Amino acid sequence: MKAKVHVTLKSGVLDPQGKAVQHALAALGFGGVDNVRQGKFIELDLDETDAGKAQQTVEAMCRQLLANTVIENYDIEIVA
Amino acid sequence: MKAAVIVFPGSNCDRDMQVALRNSLGAEPLMVWHGDTELPQVDLIAVPGGFSYGDYLRCGAMASHSPIMREVVRRTEQGVLVLGVCNGFQILTEAGLLPGVLMRNAGLNFVCRDVHLRVERTDTPFTGHYSQGQVIRVPVAHHDGNYFADDATLDELEGEGRIAFRYCTPAGEITAAANPNGSQRNIAGIYNRRRTVLGMMPHPERLADPLLGGIDGKPMFDALVEALAA
Repeated sequence: MKAKVHVTLKSGVLDPQGKAVQHALAALGFGGVDNVRQGKFIELDLDETDAGKAQQTVEAMCRQLLANTVIENYDIEIVA
Repeated sequence: MKAAVIVFPGSNCDRDMQVALRNSLGAEPLMVWHGDTELPQVDLIAVPGGFSYGDYLRCGAMASHSPIMREVVRRTEQGVLVLGVCNGFQILTEAGLLPGVLMRNAGLNFVCRDVHLRVERTDTPFTGHYSQGQVIRVPVAHHDGNYFADDATLDELEGEGRIAFRYCTPAGEITAAANPNGSQRNIAGIYNRRRTVLGMMPHPERLADPLLGGIDGKPMFDALVEALAA
């Protein structure tokens, strides 16, 4: 099965890259963008066939490596 | 005293660190490859600057899981001194040896220039050859040096006297203009609780020889040698 992981900055953590993207969008004429937050998308192919176990394993991966929980949140989606 | 410099794929300040240590120590530091699992008995471990693992995922994230880092963490628990500079600082935070994280510079630019630092305390093995509040000039060269921690952690660092250096003006004033990267409270370097681990973004090893245009970094290495010889 596949795991899709979104890693995003916690609210309250400044995101200078998101700000720069917002400014660039405004410069291109895309008005009305109030806020931009930039994150990461990580896709994993897993041998695991049990969705619950896959979820647990990927959570451990997020805590240990994929996300820095000081500043980042993660969101896991397991797909068959 | 014996010192080791950890070398990761992508380290590029390992040799500068080696030279600075050699000059103050009068002996050759060990160069230890990141893939090694054993570390000889040493009194000081230096984690150098560079771009370990190409800064993949997050700066220092991959390196913090290198085989040798398990041993570095173990030695830290035993009280062995650890100095992490630039990418080394990022690696130490990712390894959980120091709190907080180094984020992308607030101005988004890679900053490569000399900065001024105020020495916050001198009763540590790293800073014994500086004077209290002394302003030193040391280069920075980084894209991700913006120190961030939550307010509770920052207050704890302040309360426990664990801020090693702050970015300042040449006169020693802590101002926003003197902050090259947006670091919280102008923090340039911090200690662990026992003050045996120092992580800092500026490079003392790059100004430790008159030929390099300054020697403001040299007292750190001389102080370490003296502290560890005792």
